[in-house]
Amino acid sequence: MRRTLVAGLAVAALTVSACATDTPTEQAPGGEQPEQEQTADGEWFVRATYDKQLAQRDAKPEGPEDQPWLQAIEPEMVDTAEFKQDGKTLCFSNASVSNPWRVTGWITMQQQVDVLKASGDIGEFRVSDAGDDDNKQISDIQSFVDAGDCNAIIISPSTTATLTPAVEAACESGVPVIVFDRGVETDCMVTFIHPIGGYAYGADAAEFLVDKLEPGSKVLALRILPGVDVLEHRWAAAQEIFGASDIEVLGDEFTGGDGAKIKDLVTQYLQRGDVDGIWMDAGDGAVAAVEAFEDAGKDYPVMAGEDELSFMRKWKETGMTAIAPVYSNFQWRTPILAAVKIWKGEEVPKEWVLPQEPITDADRDEFLDRNKDMPSLHYAKFGGEDLPGFPQAWKDR
Amino acid sequence: MTTVRAAAGRLFGGGSATVFALLVCVFVVILFLNPSFFEPPSLMAFVKKAAPLVVLAVGQYLVIVCGELDLSVGSLVGAQVVIAAAVIDGQESMTLPTLLLMLAFGVLVGLVNGLVVTVLKVHSLIATLGMMLVLYGAIRLWTGGAPTGALSDGFRQAGREGIDMPVLRQLPWALLIAAAVVVAAVVLMRKPFGRTLITAGDNEKAATFSGVKVWRVRTIAFVMSAVLATLAGVLIGGYAGVTAQVGQGLEFTAITAVVLGGVVLGGGRGTVLAAMAGALTVEALFTLFNQLSLPSTIRPTVQGVIIIAAVAWAARERAKPRPFLTAEPPVQPPVQPQPQS
Repeated sequence: MRRTLVAGLAVAALTVSACATDTPTEQAPGGEQPEQEQTADGEWFVRATYDKQLAQRDAKPEGPEDQPWLQAIEPEMVDTAEFKQDGKTLCFSNASVSNPWRVTGWITMQQQVDVLKASGDIGEFRVSDAGDDDNKQISDIQSFVDAGDCNAIIISPSTTATLTPAVEAACESGVPVIVFDRGVETDCMVTFIHPIGGYAYGADAAEFLVDKLEPGSKVLALRILPGVDVLEHRWAAAQEIFGASDIEVLGDEFTGGDGAKIKDLVTQYLQRGDVDGIWMDAGDGAVAAVEAFEDAGKDYPVMAGEDELSFMRKWKETGMTAIAPVYSNFQWRTPILAAVKIWKGEEVPKEWVLPQEPITDADRDEFLDRNKDMPSLHYAKFGGEDLPGFPQAWKDR
Repeated sequence: MTTVRAAAGRLFGGGSATVFALLVCVFVVILFLNPSFFEPPSLMAFVKKAAPLVVLAVGQYLVIVCGELDLSVGSLVGAQVVIAAAVIDGQESMTLPTLLLMLAFGVLVGLVNGLVVTVLKVHSLIATLGMMLVLYGAIRLWTGGAPTGALSDGFRQAGREGIDMPVLRQLPWALLIAAAVVVAAVVLMRKPFGRTLITAGDNEKAATFSGVKVWRVRTIAFVMSAVLATLAGVLIGGYAGVTAQVGQGLEFTAITAVVLGGVVLGGGRGTVLAAMAGALTVEALFTLFNQLSLPSTIRPTVQGVIIIAAVAWAARERAKPRPFLTAEPPVQPPVQPQPQS
């Protein structure tokens, strides 16, 4: 009897742990995770947005050149006079700090807040972290609204559809709302801050591979997980570009960003034949992919990683042909600065599109030099070099 | 035919034959799909990848066979790799002190697990589930959400490098380490301690009445499981470096491997070798899915079906009266473990 009970409990626990450990890593999941073997023009491909993002890459952003976090591409300014106030309590509902990209940005944000606290622009900075839990974030936002003393609410939504009503409720309370990173399906916020987007990211990577590889070359695509818009857009753009080229896509595999899994997958592809290029939808574990080539005694592939330092250092060390597409990490500074602007009644862009430029051979060493003291899971374009806490705050984490 | 079955039965024990059959089946299918998998360098790459799971499965076996479960190993692997990266921070000279620190931390975690289960009488499912969450949370708190630092090349030797040689290209250290762990476990299970472990899982009361300090035996099993998880962490960190996801879900994979090996949850039955074969089978299945280019979305489902089918089949085999027992001397005295190799 006891044994049956134990076995039953075990099965239950296995199910629980399987679910519990299945949480996505790079970005939070969509409300649902549709089964995807997407082709371009599929569910995740909107041609108009794709064309717009690709065009935005060439647009010259407005604003100070040495402060990309204050630049904006084709901004449509909105008046914020109605929010002009003396209140100084800033509230921030964060989706999570569950990956190195978010951790890096979160440090930058806190450093920016410290500067503005010292100058007296911000009084109190209240933060809640939802730990990638939609329900938790909905109640986080609600409690900011209920408290009634937030003078502005910054939201980094964990998912798009589920968080929309919560953001709308925050808007209705009359407090200026600022959304950044992932979007929501409403335009009630004062400003929505984000880099150009997933299509541009995926296209930067895919175009580089098409450009550097001979026709007929074989490319392996490594993806984090299905069903998350910003990641699906990257892959949709890549499929669009690979489809129009002579590149053969060997396969697209979900890795969860796990280095061991990436290394194993790449090793197996190498056992079956040559792989000439690697396309990744995010740089997590990129070094593991490179190591698979080393350990198999094969030539380095042409590679699209990300501006994560471990990959950039490996890139320099090996001299391989590579590019680091960037999902601008410095965007974490912008919402704080936007809130202060709004309190002063200054205009802000309705949709604040930040520049998003890949790091190439040409500026790789410059970025490595700037970040030479930084840990390996740090992002080169974090944009905090001019903050007083630099470099110690990012080093000690 | 009967002789063959008898020999197989003696070798692998009731219920465990299924896993070896499954392992062979999976390998045969892979052979047809991709003969190059069986070229020595490819096989070595497979072994290098599978070694950490083999080590984990042996640890999990020790706990399961004495009637408990250890759900904390995945988190522990993750925690150990993150600790290693943070403490070493790329400095070669820190490698050895860090390994000692990890060992101490592993022993501590195992000891807490064991004592909470045996002295505080918390069911191991709850105790180690708690430990899993504690470790997960503590590491996130400590690192601010994502790992920092870097592993040294010395640290990564065990999981990544090996002895260069012709034909194999490289004999991975990971293979030697995993083999040593398995051999040590096989020997241990034949010693009085191993038999006591099985007895404790088979019939706790009887074991107590015959003078076994069950709490002590079980605590030691938990400590060994945690130490082996630490070793697995060294191998995994060495294999692929440090990423934020390292270790996630490994407790599930390790328990799957052990159960697939025909080791009975609740304790008292099963062999180390079968647990090892279970681990290899799980890894071979992952490889097979890749070879088949099965869509990622359906893989967990297929994996689940295969595991349930295999375990159900093994249970059926075990429940059947075994025909060869009439022709052969009994191979399985009640309390003793089956011979393992």
